[in-house]
Amino acid sequence: MTETRKAPGRGLKRLAILTALTLGTAYGLVFFWTPNEADQGFVQKIFYLHVPMAIVTLGGFILGGIFGFLQLRSGDRKWDLRSYVAIHLSLMLAVGTLITGSIWARASWGHWWVWDEPVLVSFLIVFLLYACYQPLRFSIEDADKQARYASVFAVVAGAFVPLNFAAVRLAQAYTHPRVLGGAQNSMPGSMQLTFLLAIIGMTLLYITLWKFEITSKTTRMQLASIKRRLDSDATGSPA
Amino acid sequence: MFRNSIDLLRKDLLLEIRGRESVPAMVLLALSTLVVLHFALGQASLDGELASGALWITILFSATLGIGRLFVSESEDGGMDAVLLSPVDRTAILVAKVCALFTFLVAVQIVIVPAFALLLLGPHLAPALPKLAGILLLTDFAIATVGSLVGAIAVQSRIRDLLAPLLALPLLIPPLIAATHATAGILASGGPAGVPGRWPLIIALYALVFGLLGIALYDNVLDD
Repeated sequence: MTETRKAPGRGLKRLAILTALTLGTAYGLVFFWTPNEADQGFVQKIFYLHVPMAIVTLGGFILGGIFGFLQLRSGDRKWDLRSYVAIHLSLMLAVGTLITGSIWARASWGHWWVWDEPVLVSFLIVFLLYACYQPLRFSIEDADKQARYASVFAVVAGAFVPLNFAAVRLAQAYTHPRVLGGAQNSMPGSMQLTFLLAIIGMTLLYITLWKFEITSKTTRMQLASIKRRLDSDATGSPA
Repeated sequence: MFRNSIDLLRKDLLLEIRGRESVPAMVLLALSTLVVLHFALGQASLDGELASGALWITILFSATLGIGRLFVSESEDGGMDAVLLSPVDRTAILVAKVCALFTFLVAVQIVIVPAFALLLLGPHLAPALPKLAGILLLTDFAIATVGSLVGAIAVQSRIRDLLAPLLALPLLIPPLIAATHATAGILASGGPAGVPGRWPLIIALYALVFGLLGIALYDNVLDD
């Protein structure tokens, strides 16, 4: 039965090497090639870490919602595992995004936290919601129920992400002028290219970690089931 | 389906009238919050943004209490099995729960809005009341659609009472942003100002989206 199944970790090594190369190149370019931004100087380079991380985090949350939807559709628990790992990883990246965002805000605006910036505020709200995912998941004991309710949460929260961004933006667009609006359009080519590479690198990192985590979890589950079979054989045969 | 919803709603309201579990607790929490806000802000009367914020914090806190209790009658004593065994569409259950929570919220606000006007509000309530009531009812509807979904999820968990507010608060931030902005103008010190159309629109759209999400997901939420 297990022989016919694909080995869970296939291609992981190649993926990891590709990720390391892309991220290495991207951040090499950040330090040695891209110009310092005229207004903010060197500190603006945190942009190449913060923004890709934020984009990948939100993408991961939405991916978790899509996997959750597939779990509800099919009732197959493998989708729940995928959804769980996607959200779990995104949560960790979200912490990184909030910290780097805060550092950037401090360096360029002089404050650790700026309520006028709708993206930052929306991100915090989304983070607070997803921080409940694990308490919810692990406070439901029955495995099928856990998969189902975690998936319902993933779908609701996944739909909430764009809604929340729209609402916060709408609420503030009228009261505060957008200072940074359209700033990215005026980036020189070298910055654009590096930024793109950083996004690709961050996405690859996310995929690699996701695949690694899935592999590790499935392998552990397979091992546990083999062990159980072995135990039942050992206790069952003498009798 | 409509008939079933009304029957289920009657059951919830009857339970509340006889048991008095949710609404009195919600009212008491709201009143305590008002007292705490008076001392925390150090002000005898509020208007504008501060008044709006105080009112919505109070409503939100009492709402989270109601959301946490919404499915208690189903989760205890096998009530859920009884509801699910009856030949009732799941959507009917959702509609009934949304209506029940909406009714509780309105009942609570009938008490606490006058109390708020009496205890904390600077400007007179009467001229502001029609617009305020409109925003309150609309936002109650949004809270009810979100709350019935959150309540159904949270009740399955061991830490139900903890999870309900933790899930509900972030999910309610978008309609709350719109509601506080709208109410700030209504409760301004110089008499109620007009409400820009975008705020009710945001609240209504949000309620609509969560209503649809609820209809789509309720088959999975109510299963035992």
